[in-house]
Amino acid sequence: MSGRIDAVAAARADRLRARREARDPGLWALLDDVLDPEVPVLSLWELGVLQDVYHDDAEVVVVMTPTYSGCPAMEAMEEAVRARLREAGHPNVRIVRRLSPAWTTDWLSGEARRALVAHGIAAPGAVECPQCGSPRVSSISQFGSTACKALYRCDDCGEPFDVFKSH
Amino acid sequence: MPLDAESQDLFAYTVALADDALVHGQRLAEWVSRAPTLEEELAIANVALDHIGRARMFYARALEISHDGRSEDDLAYGRGADEFANLAIFELPRGDFAVAVARQFLTDAFNVPFLAALTTSRDAGLAAIGAKALKESTYHLRRSRDWVLRLGDGTDESRRRMQGAIDALWGHCAELFEPFAAEQRLIARGVAVDRGALERPWREAIDATLAEATLRVPTTQPAPYRGRLGRHTVHLAPLLADMQALQRTYPGQQW
Repeated sequence: MSGRIDAVAAARADRLRARREARDPGLWALLDDVLDPEVPVLSLWELGVLQDVYHDDAEVVVVMTPTYSGCPAMEAMEEAVRARLREAGHPNVRIVRRLSPAWTTDWLSGEARRALVAHGIAAPGAVECPQCGSPRVSSISQFGSTACKALYRCDDCGEPFDVFKSH
Repeated sequence: MPLDAESQDLFAYTVALADDALVHGQRLAEWVSRAPTLEEELAIANVALDHIGRARMFYARALEISHDGRSEDDLAYGRGADEFANLAIFELPRGDFAVAVARQFLTDAFNVPFLAALTTSRDAGLAAIGAKALKESTYHLRRSRDWVLRLGDGTDESRRRMQGAIDALWGHCAELFEPFAAEQRLIARGVAVDRGALERPWREAIDATLAEATLRVPTTQPAPYRGRLGRHTVHLAPLLADMQALQRTYPGQQW
């Protein structure tokens, strides 16, 4: 168990380091405004989709890792990234899709997990009701309203809720 | 510039894997608005999208190899049935819900070890797709296996239908384990997965689940189709006609 926790911490630390050592912090700040269209409390960075953004001659290169293979929000995210950069005076944007390492919910930060719960979506891992905090919950369906969610119900307060699936 | 022999093989292999995923995804998509419950509707649509997304990743990798100016759409919408290389099990008609469950279960149980092996491919692009898709197929298998148990060890009617679906698809499973010529050359180079080697563990896993579901293991002979060579059942062409109607009518049209 502690091995897994170490691995999760290491994955998050790697991402933080990539950002801290960014060549172009201004571009990062711009993209902090771009939110997941289906979970509009997470930025693409917090979601773990945004990997890198930097200038390459006259272009801005954005490296993104898709969540689920069939997530239809990916194109909306790419469009939103282009639009935000265009607004800020960067019309030439190249988006690179990076598949490896595969996206994982281990990349969600502590803040991202708290934002999910505040939005009524249980965070991945040991599922707790986002309404009353009870750990006594039942799975209704392993698949939910979007590719990244499953549907649960609280055995205590009776509320149905979405769970951000561990992936 | 013409492709060298290994690149030609890799292109053919990658497109074949894409075709499997696309045709399965299209069959699953037919369930939207027809599923038995809302939760199943969402589940099937989610799985369909995963398969279609997987197809896109394989097509994109294939086009990085061929550099022939074609797009993912050209491959998906611009080829006829005899140019598709998917295995027959994915193109067979939608059938009832038990058929959807049986197809999902039999092929998920194949895809999980197949994709796990693909992660060690010498082609980094295929290995990355394998790692990504493996997580999804592992999740799909949990649901499809649960349904086989529930319907098999359920009512007389659900058992009859689940057995009928397994029986109907069984003869098409042999094809899952037959490499085609290009694939055989790529196996020797450590690029393609040795799918033949997966048959025994697959069969053991299937036998165990069918026994738990109180279902019989069929004794059907292998079906004579060779999807990899473009020798399909009569069911693929109507599926493609439906899927390709818009691009065939308005070539190059964008949403």
